[in-house]
Amino acid sequence: MIKVNNLSKHFGGIKAVDNVNLHIKKGSITGLIGPNGAGKTTLFNLIAGLCKPTSGKIYLGGEDITGLDSHNLFHKGLLRTFQIAHPFPTLTVLENLMMVPGNQLGENIINSWIRRGQIRKQENNLQKKAEEVIKFLNILHLKNEKAGRLSGGQKKLLELARTMMVDAKVVLLDEVGAGVNRTLLRQIGDAILRLNQEHGYTFCMIEHDMDFISQNCVIQ
Amino acid sequence: MPGFTDIINAIVLLLNFVFMPALSYGSQLALGALAVTLVYAVLKFANFAQGDTMAFSTVITILITWLLQKSGITLGFMPTALLALPFAIIACIIYVLLTDKFIYQYYRKQNSKPITIVMASVGVMFVTGGLVRFILGPTHHIFADGARFIITAREFKAMTGLAEGLAIKTSQFLTITIAILLVGFVFYFLQKTKTGKAMRAYADNKDLALLSGIDPDKVVRVTWMLVAVLTSIAGVLYGLDKGFMATSYNQLLLPMFAAVIVGGIGSPIGAIVGGFVISFSEAILTYAYKKFLIYLLPAVLQPDSLVQFLGTEYKFAISFVILVIVLLLRPTGIFKGKVI
Amino acid sequence: MSQYNKRVIVTFSIMFFLLLMVGLGQSWSLSLSILNLCLISAIMTLGVNIQWGYAGLFNVGIMGFTALGGLSAVLISKESISKAVTAGGMRMLVALSIFLLTIVLSIYIYKKFKNKWLVIATILAGYFITRYFYIEAAQSIEAINPAFSGYLGGLDLPVLLSWIVGGLLAAGAAWLIGKISLGLRTDYLAIATLGISEIIIAIIKNEDWLSRGVKNVTAIPRPVPYEIDLQQAVWVKEILAKLYAGSLHLLPVSEQATALKAHISDAAIVLVKLCYSGLFVAVLLLIIILAGLALDSPWGRMVRAIRDNEIAASAMGKNVKQRHLQIFVIGSAIAGVSGAMLVTYNGQFTPGSYIPLRYTFLIWVMVIVGGSGNNLGSVVGGFLIWFLWIEAEPVGFWLADLSTSFLDQGNFIRQHLLENAQYIRLIFMGAVLLVVMRFSPDGILPETNKKL
Repeated sequence: MIKVNNLSKHFGGIKAVDNVNLHIKKGSITGLIGPNGAGKTTLFNLIAGLCKPTSGKIYLGGEDITGLDSHNLFHKGLLRTFQIAHPFPTLTVLENLMMVPGNQLGENIINSWIRRGQIRKQENNLQKKAEEVIKFLNILHLKNEKAGRLSGGQKKLLELARTMMVDAKVVLLDEVGAGVNRTLLRQIGDAILRLNQEHGYTFCMIEHDMDFISQNCVIQ
Repeated sequence: MPGFTDIINAIVLLLNFVFMPALSYGSQLALGALAVTLVYAVLKFANFAQGDTMAFSTVITILITWLLQKSGITLGFMPTALLALPFAIIACIIYVLLTDKFIYQYYRKQNSKPITIVMASVGVMFVTGGLVRFILGPTHHIFADGARFIITAREFKAMTGLAEGLAIKTSQFLTITIAILLVGFVFYFLQKTKTGKAMRAYADNKDLALLSGIDPDKVVRVTWMLVAVLTSIAGVLYGLDKGFMATSYNQLLLPMFAAVIVGGIGSPIGAIVGGFVISFSEAILTYAYKKFLIYLLPAVLQPDSLVQFLGTEYKFAISFVILVIVLLLRPTGIFKGKVI
Repeated sequence: MSQYNKRVIVTFSIMFFLLLMVGLGQSWSLSLSILNLCLISAIMTLGVNIQWGYAGLFNVGIMGFTALGGLSAVLISKESISKAVTAGGMRMLVALSIFLLTIVLSIYIYKKFKNKWLVIATILAGYFITRYFYIEAAQSIEAINPAFSGYLGGLDLPVLLSWIVGGLLAAGAAWLIGKISLGLRTDYLAIATLGISEIIIAIIKNEDWLSRGVKNVTAIPRPVPYEIDLQQAVWVKEILAKLYAGSLHLLPVSEQATALKAHISDAAIVLVKLCYSGLFVAVLLLIIILAGLALDSPWGRMVRAIRDNEIAASAMGKNVKQRHLQIFVIGSAIAGVSGAMLVTYNGQFTPGSYIPLRYTFLIWVMVIVGGSGNNLGSVVGGFLIWFLWIEAEPVGFWLADLSTSFLDQGNFIRQHLLENAQYIRLIFMGAVLLVVMRFSPDGILPETNKKL
């Protein structure tokens, strides 16, 4: 699914990522482990378009995606979550989810003036889907809470939920288990397995929690 | 082929109408830009009140100068304003320290976004501008006295026998000498003294500096004092040269910002170089080269029109065009200041 | 009723009350003047607020867009000066086309060939060719009757059209400027937009062939009746005669006619201003409704998400740059519309009055005090600050008069104070900004969506 060839990222004199080669197989749950400061998040940022590599190439399903912006990658099916959760704090959980899918009629400003009826229909569908996702992750009671008010673990769930609003091809999970209690962690692990098995999501995750990794990944 | 005297005359023409004015104006801009860049580097905000603070010091200088003149105290061929300047500097120091204490300090402690502090400086700009106009009104005031020229054009022509004269105004002479001395002092201060080094460390990496035991309040205070000195001197020199009018000081804000950004924001030497880049560009692009070309070209090619690149009305626009171009092509400026 | 709604009602009632006071205490004509300019300020403030509140863009170049709007009023509604057009119109068109071509070509060459020298050569060549056509064209156009025209004139179309065209012109300029400078950090963007607006205004002030520069364009056509026409209208006379029948009756017959005439001329002035008010309120309402609809939609949700967290929004597929550009263009277009409205209202285009630093910051005070991010807040801010700004001058004067009343007329201090009392309003406005920013940074009507 994702192939990384000779990827390097230099910050001045520091080689954060040095000539990395990586292959994430389609349909797999791949774990990326290593000590702090090894450059794992930087690698993710490079793949996900947050920064541009100094040299090397990145391929998604055979297509060269080196240097593309993150919003472009989203539309190609490459999603990522963040190590420190990045919800939209003043939006409710429901709104956080409903904003995700692209090509929404209502996101065009002219439509918001002249096609309000059609937008309402689309919104209803979106809301149904968002509520499904919320149920799947067992956070229904948080539906109308402002995302800024959630606990750390709940924010992490929200991050995962967002990736479920579209048909993602591959999801990069950056320390999705960090700062999350055991029960919630198990919930997340179950969700990941289900998404992988039932919906064919490919996952790559950076983790420090070895149990989590061994439960979900297969040694390459 | 132009004769030797023709070439010399052409050079003197440029020296008189382009080089000297640009050097003088550039020095004034450089001092102001230096103040702006210091505030940016240490206090992390773009001080929109800079122009009007210069006006404030100049107003104080003018009032004291009038007082001195009424009491019969003058400075011979040098402007009396120089005697008033130290008092104006003290007044300016008090003023900026007060604005810091009552306005900026709060936002610093709150770790507010830079844009909030910038807006606060806009408020200070309004208040200071209003104060200045309230005290002296909106009209033009000339407060330079003493000898107007160190060398007049006529004297120069008599000395050299040339057709073109190079006049050196007292204000130009003062500007350049004082600027050199002041800039030298500032650099010595920043590089060699303990406080200066503390300021630079604080500007570079605030947290690390605090951990090393540097007193933040002292750094802030010294920065403002240095800014007040630069601001006052720049303001008075500009006023001696061009006369005082409240609006023109406010308008200096943009060339100064342009100078700072062109030179590299946060870099003292950048501010100075930037000042001259702006002033020389303005002078070179708005000068009418007709006479210059007449000296140098054979009669056949001599121009009829003024041969001006841009009209003098566009003088202001030039610094903005330079600013915009720099922001687009090399936003870190000539001396790689703080990154965007 | 919620706290917020109560606040809205209270603030608008206070504004209405203030205008009422001015009408009763000073004059209705004055009150309506203030109202009309408040309405225009409110629209300008809305434009700025949309850029700041929803995209965090600190646009200090508002005056440039307003000036472009004013320019459209001239270019659309004034009659065209055929002599000037024949004299230099074609050549000017050639000059401008070559100018644009030079820019496009240089950018293209830079991107394709990356050769600095080629680009510089193109720019220099383009400069000299443009200059050749331009100078002749400008001189011939400006030579046609310079005292009264000396410019190309306009398209002789209805002036209300210019309100739309002004918006479009400003939008176009904003698109260009935005493409170039929106990547910059907030305070750099402020300086860049300020610089660009200075350039725009410098061009308008100096290119006499375009709009007479600082010689100003007067007698701009109106969308409302003229006072003179109203004064002679029969229905006006009849209504006023009935209205003032009581007080007129009390006067001796010989004076009744003149008294009625005075009422009529006052009424004509007030009526004209009311017509403008009607137009302005209509535009304001339209903009508020459209803005409200947009915000209460997936578009608004997307914008709020971007404002909350740009990186996450981008990761979720939203094109942040494009959104910022769109908002920048919309806000600037609104400013352009208000500029056209202002020039229409004043009946003249005076480029010298567009002082970027002063009026831009006044508008920012309106945004902050009213409540950034809240459209109704912009209206409140626009009203209140403009009202304070206008009334501060006579009040300042009155204060200066009062405090020095014990000194005799010719006293130097008294003279000086009276002359410069008007500048107290600068001090006052700065103080208002500082106080609001310190103690109530969310403004009078804070944004409703922001609270967690």
